[in-house]
Amino acid sequence: MSFYRYLAEGLFFGFIVCIFAGAFISLRARQLMNSVLGLAISLLGVAGLFYHLGSPFLALMELLINIGVVCVVIAFGIMVGPKPDQAAEKRPPPKRNRMLAAGACLAASALLLWTVLNTPWNPAIARIGDFTIRHLGESLLHQFCLPFELISILLLVAIIGALIIARIGRYGARE
Amino acid sequence: METVGTLPPQLLRMILSAVVVIAFVFMNGLLLGYLERKLAGRFQLRPGPMEVGPQGMLQMVADAVKLIGKQFIIPRQSSTTLFRLAPFLAFVPVGVSFIVIPLSSKLQVLDLDMGLIFIIAVMAFNMVATLVAGWVSNNKYALFGAVRSVAQGVAYEIPMLLSLVTVVLLTHSFSMRAMVLSQSHIWHVFMQPVAFVIYFIAGLAETHRAPFDLPEAESELTAGFHTEFSGICFSFFFLAEYTNMFFVCSIAVTLFLGGWSGPPLPWMEYSGAIWFMLKVYVLLFIMIWIRWTFPRVRFDQLLNFCWKYLTPIALLNLLITALVVKL
Repeated sequence: MSFYRYLAEGLFFGFIVCIFAGAFISLRARQLMNSVLGLAISLLGVAGLFYHLGSPFLALMELLINIGVVCVVIAFGIMVGPKPDQAAEKRPPPKRNRMLAAGACLAASALLLWTVLNTPWNPAIARIGDFTIRHLGESLLHQFCLPFELISILLLVAIIGALIIARIGRYGARE
Repeated sequence: METVGTLPPQLLRMILSAVVVIAFVFMNGLLLGYLERKLAGRFQLRPGPMEVGPQGMLQMVADAVKLIGKQFIIPRQSSTTLFRLAPFLAFVPVGVSFIVIPLSSKLQVLDLDMGLIFIIAVMAFNMVATLVAGWVSNNKYALFGAVRSVAQGVAYEIPMLLSLVTVVLLTHSFSMRAMVLSQSHIWHVFMQPVAFVIYFIAGLAETHRAPFDLPEAESELTAGFHTEFSGICFSFFFLAEYTNMFFVCSIAVTLFLGGWSGPPLPWMEYSGAIWFMLKVYVLLFIMIWIRWTFPRVRFDQLLNFCWKYLTPIALLNLLITALVVKL
């Protein structure tokens, strides 16, 4: 069975490369659209990692929600919005923005590193619980019911907010 | 484990499946293209293609050769890489979703326990492909086509998923195989007629078929998002569209019309696959029939119909089904 083992290992590193390549494309792109596609490639890698870790359901949800919805909505926004100024895109970003971006990146990575270092990791064999749909559904609706419901309220608030903004945009000028 | 030559059997199976799937995608494209043109002729009281081969049967083959021989033009000022990538982005997901379609009780590449979710997730890539194609064309018609396609796709995905979930509630499984097996007594179309109709209408919109063909409305947008694509790249979009139609119908057959089940035929081995194909192509015939019968809707009508009628009805249907299943 070693052939499949090598295949799986190869796929794992393939996904890692996918994530980094996507992130790199996303950062280096001069056009917003290419940035979004970089994000999509990166998320594809993340979905692959979920699959590799034994949860095909989460991998498929990653594809469905993050690529199928989030990336499409961002791209849709770019298309519908005003065309960006070509010259402004070529200009290097101002210093303040750079500092802010670097600060945000460092803070996020510090937070992630802190979590990674402070989590007691179980070895793969001792891992408890399964990631089947049944188990996930039960834990979402029993153990994590409150956060699950809070997320839906957050989404509802976001939809109502978007509707209000859209209404003001359409009728605001006339009044 | 038995091996054929030096290849591991699983790998051999994968390669064979890929070859069969790709061959089928191309054959289905040719057949549906011919059917579409011939039936369109019939509905409009003219013979349709007649010149190439008996009854014009080889017309699509001639067209395919023509498309392959055509020059491939990349518009100036558009990203070359993305322009080349877009047709493949459209084509790959439809090939991948074939994995879980049960053509008969034995003829299925892989039965995932979340087959339905798999198809839906992979189909999400189609929209990305349309967006990319519309964007890189650097052409206002293509961009309009892409924007319309996504607005329509996002809207109609909701009633589509809601109507599919009702069937999942009945079968307690996402596996395509289990769906068929659970219909051994009665087909789901008789238990869920509303869901079936909603699914079929939403499926027409998802595949950009008339009367919902606004993304490629030829009288308004020349050809929509694939205006700038020529030659073999156009044919990839063409194949993706026809394969998508096949998928929408085969999901309908698997979930609502009993899949491969049917009275046994003289060719016992193949009767399942024959019944499946027969049902799918009847649905495809209805799709073509609808296309050449109804005029195109306006865009506000399209979205109103989805948000004000289909989605609430689908939600209500889901609610009632959930209550009935639980009680």
